[in-house]
Amino acid sequence: MSTMYEVLPGPEHFLPPAAASMGVRLPDPGQAHIHGKIVNEDDAMEAAARQFLSAKVPTIFPGPLVLWAWNEKAAKKATAIRHLYETIKESVTPSQQAMLIPMPDYRPKYPKINPEIEINPNHPNLTIWHNKIDACMFVGVHCHQANLSLKIIRGGTYCYTIAMCAQAGHEDAMVSFRDATADKIMRLADWVKKLKGSVEPPKD
Amino acid sequence: MSKERIKIAPEMFDIMPEEYQDLVDRATYGKEGRGWKDIGTSKELIEEHSLCAGCPESMAFRYILASLPAPEDTVMVGSTGCTSLVFPHVGVHNIHSLFGNQNAIASGLKRALSVRFPGQVKDVVVLAGDGATVDIGLDMTLQAWFRQEKFTTICFDNELYANTGGQESGLMQKGFVAKMAPVGKTFEKVKLPEIARESGCHYVVNCTVSKPNLVEKVIKNAIHVAREIGPTYLQLYTPCILEIGKNSMEGLQEMRDSEKPTERFAYKEYVSDEAKELLTELAAKEKERKAAAKKQLAGKA
Ligand SMILES: Cc1ncc(C[n+]2csc(CCOP(=O)(O)OP(=O)(O)O)c2C)c(N)n1
Ligand code: SF4
Ligand SMILES: [Mg+2]
Repeated sequence: MSTMYEVLPGPEHFLPPAAASMGVRLPDPGQAHIHGKIVNEDDAMEAAARQFLSAKVPTIFPGPLVLWAWNEKAAKKATAIRHLYETIKESVTPSQQAMLIPMPDYRPKYPKINPEIEINPNHPNLTIWHNKIDACMFVGVHCHQANLSLKIIRGGTYCYTIAMCAQAGHEDAMVSFRDATADKIMRLADWVKKLKGSVEPPKD
Repeated sequence: MSKERIKIAPEMFDIMPEEYQDLVDRATYGKEGRGWKDIGTSKELIEEHSLCAGCPESMAFRYILASLPAPEDTVMVGSTGCTSLVFPHVGVHNIHSLFGNQNAIASGLKRALSVRFPGQVKDVVVLAGDGATVDIGLDMTLQAWFRQEKFTTICFDNELYANTGGQESGLMQKGFVAKMAPVGKTFEKVKLPEIARESGCHYVVNCTVSKPNLVEKVIKNAIHVAREIGPTYLQLYTPCILEIGKNSMEGLQEMRDSEKPTERFAYKEYVSDEAKELLTELAAKEKERKAAAKKQLAGKA
């Protein structure tokens, strides 16, 4: 009998498999997945909010699709993301540090990126290591670049990954939503607010 | 018009790295009459470069990017070589193509853009080395010209394969010995500008990049002619100082020496009759625009 592959925090070391190749399926509309298992969207909302509240450095990585106001929807999502970030910041204890770090584009930047202020999909681990990020959410990153980054993160770090995907979701994240809208991001912020104080903060 | 398309979401502005904020606030996207004189007073469309210190290709890039008439509506197509290391730093849409394929990619791209955005200006500009243009990609280069594809081909001619350590190229001079071509070139430098003319290019220039105002003029002409009429070709001498044994500061002099009237990069230009007509028209319009701007400025004073 085969056991199901679970999408869990790494380090999974060099070349972690694409979760899809290990049999992980994408959720249908209204659903999400946690560690590769299909769940109701609300279950995933709760799981993501708990991760933000229990991490030392909960971080949101907005990508080009939401950093640039290229249409009205994108601008609305940016507002919602900022709101989610502010909510996390207000909901964590002083020993935790919420961060909002952009992925402005996907080019390989030479000679190096500045990991304090940005993340690059070709070596996302640099930003995660530098800031000791232990839980992160991708939003507004094109599918291919998100998949690439999520795998690299699983390969080389212990960071917990969440994908707020505008399309069909990401197998390679530990929690993935699909069909992201500004409202959905606001709902996640509501979950964070709701669970504030009820989640054990990280131990040093 | 164009700046509308490169707005950072207001809630995200403060977290964006400075160079992106600068691109939005101080770059010359959409500026009428943009040109090399903007360098130093506005944000350039090139951030840093990863070429050798003093490489003339870096000057060429800066002048070209400052001179594109509509960078926000331009897609550049590059190919493998030293130039391809620069494209990741460039604030203009660009596609890296498989070595030599650049003119085939550009053909498809230009056609697709005209279908997707009918009636809108979309410039396609190929920028590749001499190895990519004249040797491995010669088929694609020529076929695009034969077919009268409406885009500009720019060749950074450093007369060898620089990025792979100095192999012989078709544009290398006869007799030249390079690090990886120890026997010396046995045949003449390929006359690509002449071939370009015979293959249907409407505007062809062979020159160095020693003079920014000249680079601006030929880039604008080439792009406008490609936009309206058909293929154009610029062969720009960007010497590989590393391979010819020059120091960082000597690239400019090398170009000046090579553009003397009897030398191989003496300014040479071919303009078809159709292109001449168009350029005369555009020059008249530009004159009018400048006069009106001057008048407006005087009115304000
Ligand atoms: C299909 C293919 N063939 C060969 C190569 C190896 N290659 C990389 S760069 C290069 C030479 C580039 O020369 P040129 O086009 O003159 O550009 P330069 O580096 O001189 O600017 C070659 C042969 C490659 N990358 N792809
Ligand atoms: S190898 Fe030559 S062409 Fe390439 S960056 Fe260095 S000097 Fe320029
Ligand atoms: Mg070359």
